[in-house]
Amino acid sequence: MKKLQKADYIKMYSFMLKIRRFEERAAQLYGMGKIGGFCHLYIGQEAVVVGILMTIDKNDSVVTTYRDHGHMIARGLDPKRIMAELTGREDGYSAGKGGSMHMFSKENNFYGGHGIVGAQVPIGTGIAFTHKYNGEKNICRTYIGDGAMNNGQVFEAFNLAALWKLPVLYIIENNKYGMGTSVDRAAAGLDLYKRGEAFGIPGEKVDGMNVFSVIEAADKAGKYVREGNGPYIIEVQTYRYRGHSMSDPAKYRTKEELDNYKQTDPIEIVKAEILKKKIATNDEIEKINKDILEEIKNAAEFATNSPFPKDSELYTDVYL
Amino acid sequence: MSTEILMPALSPTMTEGNLSKWLIKKGDTVKAGDLIAEIETDKATMEVEAVDEGVVLDLLFKEGEANIPVNKAIAIIGDPNEKVEVKKEAPVEKVIEEKKIEKNIDTKIENKKNDIIDTPSPKIEEDRNLSSEEITMRQALRDTMAEEMRKDNKVFILGEEVAEYQGAYKVTQGLLEEFGKERVLDTPISEHGFTGLAVGAAFKGLRPILEFMTFNFSMQAIDQIINSAAKTLYMSGGQINCPIVFRGPNGAAAQVAAQHSQDFSSWYSQVPGLKVIAPSTPYNAKGLLRSAISDPNPVIFLENEILYGLKGPVNNDINFSIPIGKANIEKEGKDLTIITYSIMLQKSKEAALRLKEEYNLDAEIIDLQTLRPLDTKTILNSVKKTNRLITVEESWPFGSVGSEIANIVQRDAFDYLDSPVIKVNSADVPMPYALSLEKLYLPQVDDIINAAKKVSYIK
Repeated sequence: MKKLQKADYIKMYSFMLKIRRFEERAAQLYGMGKIGGFCHLYIGQEAVVVGILMTIDKNDSVVTTYRDHGHMIARGLDPKRIMAELTGREDGYSAGKGGSMHMFSKENNFYGGHGIVGAQVPIGTGIAFTHKYNGEKNICRTYIGDGAMNNGQVFEAFNLAALWKLPVLYIIENNKYGMGTSVDRAAAGLDLYKRGEAFGIPGEKVDGMNVFSVIEAADKAGKYVREGNGPYIIEVQTYRYRGHSMSDPAKYRTKEELDNYKQTDPIEIVKAEILKKKIATNDEIEKINKDILEEIKNAAEFATNSPFPKDSELYTDVYL
Repeated sequence: MSTEILMPALSPTMTEGNLSKWLIKKGDTVKAGDLIAEIETDKATMEVEAVDEGVVLDLLFKEGEANIPVNKAIAIIGDPNEKVEVKKEAPVEKVIEEKKIEKNIDTKIENKKNDIIDTPSPKIEEDRNLSSEEITMRQALRDTMAEEMRKDNKVFILGEEVAEYQGAYKVTQGLLEEFGKERVLDTPISEHGFTGLAVGAAFKGLRPILEFMTFNFSMQAIDQIINSAAKTLYMSGGQINCPIVFRGPNGAAAQVAAQHSQDFSSWYSQVPGLKVIAPSTPYNAKGLLRSAISDPNPVIFLENEILYGLKGPVNNDINFSIPIGKANIEKEGKDLTIITYSIMLQKSKEAALRLKEEYNLDAEIIDLQTLRPLDTKTILNSVKKTNRLITVEESWPFGSVGSEIANIVQRDAFDYLDSPVIKVNSADVPMPYALSLEKLYLPQVDDIINAAKKVSYIK
């Protein structure tokens, strides 16, 4: 497995905490009516994207679902501009035309942010196709929610990826619920990572609350894909603390279930490890916490002060 | 510094909430992420977390208090050593910061860029580079793809049976041999998957030509065409374009019945972000396909199976192109205008000959060539000259391209019309199998003549 340096621990902790603080602030702005429409939070799932981030090359591509704020932060994108997209302002990554579910950064090889469940899977497969076509050594990480794993185009994409040996790493973020329907009420056969078996795609299941497990699996899987062996599936078992979207009270699960997961909070796990290994002191961690809180506060400030898109923007970007 | 905690809106429609339980008390220290209260909304009871840190200085409502407006302060947190002034009157109404956007009236339906295309469509009669030899539409399409693939390594073709089989309709004949299997890819029968894959490849910078064996099967993939290919440039604020051509035969072939005979021209023409082209001859197929492949936007290129064998001269210059968005005046006339596209051009020409012979009516024929963006200028100029209009197309009548043209003409040339616009379409039923019924379903030369007589008030 990838050897982690001291700085890596701090990086992981910082990114995970930044995602959480960002999401909490987004919830607040939503509550104040500054963010509209659908808003899907990533709280609880931070270890997944941050674990993957630790194994990524900057020229690799990423494509994900509508639960994308954390993915963008992990990609190193500016929280100010992400938040400004949530508030629908001109400084947002999509200039206020995409919103929470449709954000992109081509220069950072981040290809969305897709609002249609499952649609990002063939798209990510096509981005991987391009890496191969161009003779690049890069891979495309394609995230899939557990809900999308029952969607037909996902299997069409698996078939194509295996048939053409495309450098695509599929990461199933299994947070147990597709909106309000638990996985066992939606999927016949609960081992989602095995769903590539018929196509010869290897898969494995990983504890997604523990960032170290995610790194280990992602590292191994990433190498396999990068070496030209074709696609690979990792199913990351995770949990979202919040409802599906802001307006979901999550009544389909018990408080005990949620509390149980909070016992294995992914950020606390990293923090404990940092203290145990004496990588940083409590005070140093406190300093990080404060800085992040400040950064996110500034992001919210920026996002609520950025101007709305000009009226003339209504008719731009339809055609190039 | 102290911070107010406001009654949050927990759903897009919530305007007030009940404070069912405090999870903090005065004097507590709260950190970001701590649960502070349970709020009952119109839908459910939800927990609210702190996003700011500090000591709870005051709780402004008691447990059980109901109908607290959204955005009203419910608690104060901050530094206990600092003097706090509690604002009693927080803003009550949820602030909706929205600017008024100019109302979308349908004069704005065309993208502004369309207005600047001012190169006229080249005319075959005046083309000095016309080949002496006549080739089929099939060959014209094939040659153009090969020429563009030679020019640009990023152009590749994928689809069912395009490689080893040489194309279900032989449009891709010989391409595998010349360009190899990396650039000419047989796909499984998996439209949704390979269309999404091609769209992803286009986002990443390749220029796919995707062949649908017929456009009927594009319905399996229509989500990727519309939600992904057409909208992503807009949704990404102009960052990610999708240079892809979706091509293949569209509309009726011969007795293949309801599921294999559908015309999609108006379906795709409705979508902002797509361009839609429907060639009618080998000459314009060549020029238009070249423009489609070079275009940085997603283009729907609607061919016609029956036209694949149609022969005609072409311009063999490898840079010859016909601009997207320009109609061709196929035949000038003064008595009425016939607007048509694709295979119905042939029937319209036949009808025009008979109209001249039998009724001494001199019809002007406009071949649209591009359906979106629509060349409204050419349409209106013609109507202003002839004062009578019929549209002829193979699609169903409801909301067809002709319907849109009729709308534009009544709006922008109302005073020039001497009679109502009449549309000639297929019958408003699924395509039947029986030869006799199929003929009845499709627009025929007699239908065009009858429509022309009607707009000319000839009994």
